[in-house]
Amino acid sequence: MMIEIENVSKNFVLHNQGGAIIPVMAGASLSVGRGECVALTGASGAGKSTLMRMIYGNYLAASGRIVVGGVDVARAEPREILALRRETLGYVSQFLRVVPRVPTREVVAEPLLAVGVDRDVAMARAEELLGRLNIPEGLWGLSPTTFSGGEQQRVNIARGFAHGYPAMLLDEPTASLDAANRETVLSLIEEAKARGAAIVGIFHDEAARARVCDREIDVSVFTPKAA
Amino acid sequence: MTPLLQVREVAKFYGARVGCRDVSFDLYPGEVMGIVGESGSGKSTLLGCLAGHLAPDAGEVIFDTAVDGPRDTLRMSEPERRMLGRTDWAFVHQHARDGLRMGVSAGGNVGERLMAVGARHYGDIRSAAVDWLGRVEIAEDRVDDRPTAFSGGMQQRLQIARNLVTGPRLVFMDEPTGGLDVSVQARLLDLLRGLVREMGLSAIIVTHDLAVVRLLADRLMVMKDGHVVETGLTDQVLDDPQHGYTQLLVSSVLQV
Repeated sequence: MMIEIENVSKNFVLHNQGGAIIPVMAGASLSVGRGECVALTGASGAGKSTLMRMIYGNYLAASGRIVVGGVDVARAEPREILALRRETLGYVSQFLRVVPRVPTREVVAEPLLAVGVDRDVAMARAEELLGRLNIPEGLWGLSPTTFSGGEQQRVNIARGFAHGYPAMLLDEPTASLDAANRETVLSLIEEAKARGAAIVGIFHDEAARARVCDREIDVSVFTPKAA
Repeated sequence: MTPLLQVREVAKFYGARVGCRDVSFDLYPGEVMGIVGESGSGKSTLLGCLAGHLAPDAGEVIFDTAVDGPRDTLRMSEPERRMLGRTDWAFVHQHARDGLRMGVSAGGNVGERLMAVGARHYGDIRSAAVDWLGRVEIAEDRVDDRPTAFSGGMQQRLQIARNLVTGPRLVFMDEPTGGLDVSVQARLLDLLRGLVREMGLSAIIVTHDLAVVRLLADRLMVMKDGHVVETGLTDQVLDDPQHGYTQLLVSSVLQV
């Protein structure tokens, strides 16, 4: 299994609000094999994003095991998680975190350069993806800081799919895309599956979910029962 | 992999008051660590202890030297430690004038570091200086100007060139973007980010600016009252802070 989650729980402790403890997840378990895409479902607030963030090491799990490509994210050192994110685990969030002054082409090629791909090859791949996602060529040399929300989202998707990660997390990758770009993103997901990537995703777009996902997991079963 | 820097139980007291205490961590090659905390939290004291500017009252600071392997820098002779400061280490001060020689030309500021490690050929030194000024985006025609004629942002970039020209392996930075305009900060951050990546540098950056560490640091150490209250992956500490103080710090940032 590429992604294996066992009995994971999560609480938020709000030290500055009377030490309130908010249990948000308990007993979460799931596994995803190579070439498989699993959709997380459940009402808003059920913990889909929280679970994804725990898999990425962005949120700290209170207990349990989160093993991605042999690394237990719940226990790993920062540098092990960073290596995992560089080589193995990609994450397409909903928003591009823009670094000032870096041109779009570089933003997209960066994950490839980080794993030592030749600069020319990385740039060619970046341009291919930007082209497929209909970012006008005139924008490739500019920083995406001033792009529209939709353009930034597409740049973010191009960046997320630049390197062939063996495991991927997708947070609403088709949200608010037009038909042509939505089709491109679904093809990118299918291509990633075909090369063996294990994918966990959140898709509010039901048709998209039905097309690319092999299974659904309702995360509300992991919601702790109110005491 | 051997850590580049191993810090063990470092403590520094100012009389009865705690500067910092019980600080331990390992820094690996290529890692960038941010130290955040409010004024008086002990972060600058700690940086001074690590970089050899202050003498800690307890602890070990073990650096993996290029020649002799891991050595406790606190027990080195003064000449040895000074040599380390000119070769493997660099220190970027908050105020560029603390790290520059204001009466010497920009090219001279960069060249002086090279001469301190043995460079003697004028043409080589000058061309290395011009090359480095270019990398920090200072035009070649300013090479003979003194830093007093430079803006704050340019002075800071010059200080960075002066520090990095000798190819250090570990860079200490104390509020490197403090006191600069945000647009100048962005340029400096982008520059630092590129240089750190290209040169595979390890760095320890002290700042109170959480946006700076989010952009530059792989991992974070949060200090309060001289103690480390929380450590972890930068985005994890900022997005899911565990300690009450870190939660307060993160939630106190104004959104723009």
